[in-house]
Amino acid sequence: MTLLLTSLTVFVLAMFLGLEIITKVPPTLHTPLMSGSNAVSGITLVGALLAAGSAHQDLATYLGFAAVFFATINVVGGFLVTHRMLAMFTSKKKKG
Amino acid sequence: MVLFNPEMRDVIVGVSYLIAAVLFVTGLKGLTHPRTAVSGNVQSALGMLIAILVTLLEQRVVSFEWIIAGIALGTVVGAVWAIKVQMTGMPQLVALFNGFGGIASVLVATAEAWATIQSGNPLDKVTSLSIALSALIGAVTFTGSFVAFCKLQEVLIPSGAVTTVWLKGSNVILALLSLGLTICMVVAPGHLNVLWILCAVSLALGFTLVIPIGGADMPVVIALLNSYSGIAACATGFILNNNLLIITGSLVGASGIILTKIMCKAMNRSLTNVLFGGFGAVAASNVRTEDDVYAGKITSASADEAAMVLEGAQRVVIVPGYGMAVSQAQHAVCDLVDLLASRGVNVDFAIHPVAGRMPGHMNVLLAEADIPYEKMREMDDINPEFDSVDVVLVIGANDVVNPLAREDPTSPIAGMPILNVDKARTVMVIKRSLSPGFAGIPNPLFAADNTMMLFGDGKQMAVDITNALKEL
Repeated sequence: MTLLLTSLTVFVLAMFLGLEIITKVPPTLHTPLMSGSNAVSGITLVGALLAAGSAHQDLATYLGFAAVFFATINVVGGFLVTHRMLAMFTSKKKKG
Repeated sequence: MVLFNPEMRDVIVGVSYLIAAVLFVTGLKGLTHPRTAVSGNVQSALGMLIAILVTLLEQRVVSFEWIIAGIALGTVVGAVWAIKVQMTGMPQLVALFNGFGGIASVLVATAEAWATIQSGNPLDKVTSLSIALSALIGAVTFTGSFVAFCKLQEVLIPSGAVTTVWLKGSNVILALLSLGLTICMVVAPGHLNVLWILCAVSLALGFTLVIPIGGADMPVVIALLNSYSGIAACATGFILNNNLLIITGSLVGASGIILTKIMCKAMNRSLTNVLFGGFGAVAASNVRTEDDVYAGKITSASADEAAMVLEGAQRVVIVPGYGMAVSQAQHAVCDLVDLLASRGVNVDFAIHPVAGRMPGHMNVLLAEADIPYEKMREMDDINPEFDSVDVVLVIGANDVVNPLAREDPTSPIAGMPILNVDKARTVMVIKRSLSPGFAGIPNPLFAADNTMMLFGDGKQMAVDITNALKEL
């Protein structure tokens, strides 16, 4: 039970922290925010690694493998595409 | 791995997860300004790398062939898509990635449930609830995002709003079913069959929830699904008792919630109305017909005439809409802006929050065309200035500049905040035809005395005006 309470505490505090920070993101960056937070939500990959790397090779391994595959697309694709977008916002300043 | 004793390893893993969590937070914070955004994204990516590497140290992880195969395949697919996608196709890609995050949560939840039951250990009620929620939310995110992707890409599924009693009924039945199955999972944990059925029902629910929603409401849907994918990751964190997943999932969930709220506010509609209203599917009967509004009052003009008006302007504001994305006009528009700027004209962009198909869609297109972000002005910021603007150039936008939202309380878009372009001295509207926008209503702006309609393709018209202006 204490474990659950700790998790709940972390959950609620992180939620507030998220609301606090993200309110400050300007509308100009909302698309990169979405793709970037999307990449970060690929953190499920951590759970996927645990499932795919277990000792026995069984159904859990295959489900884990599929999870690793999808979560990796999310992570790699998400960070790359966000980087592409953000680079356009900052590079080559010229016009006024 | 035998490099560390178990206690030592737990400490290393725990501290590294904490560092990763901090990097995600500082990374998000970096996104609060365009100057710091790139380094913010790099910090998040670094946090992810640390989290992945340290997970491989965990005691449970003993075989690596499936992990390596999954990561290698996923990296190739993700990288190719990320590099190849055009900026106009960004909403589809984000929808797709969202869906993958969702299905990953489902797979992890089911793998965990299966492995626990297989090993003969009992599933406690809390873990069982977390598994059910992770599977439910993840599955809805997956199929919901897939439908959103199809609608944005305009394949397989009609992109407009679909309203049938049949779909509304299935929504209710499937939602109640998934709720009931979740309760089953908690009351009597350990039955895998219940979990499989829950997955199937939730996958169906994702379909029926998003199919009725029209293409132009996609900004809300994508933001909401973004939030779901975070909450699903969060639920997975509760299954594994992993704080890093909980923290990260909450951050993403919060981000999606805020964006959803902003989008709804910008359309003056409640979330319930967006999700279940079937907006734009049927035109309201008391709306004035197009003939009343437009007959004999439309002033059509050529690129040459537009160039002559622009020649004498000192302050120009450009209002981009989804039409600019469709005709890929951003670079042509940028050339026009350069030419005007070189003649001392002050040019800004006014961007409505729901312009395009996802939050910030227009800003990304303009950034791609090298428009500095200082030139992209928010609605509330620029609205008071339209009185002193010589020319407003509307490119492929319609409902977000419709003065009926302000003037007619019976209009379907009544109360929706709009860009007050009608206050400017001259308004030019580049549009293919007088066809109505998403709201399905005529726009009196097009018939106003100070409006010139430039009928044609957005990109071609921008090129024509630029050339005409050069010859003057």
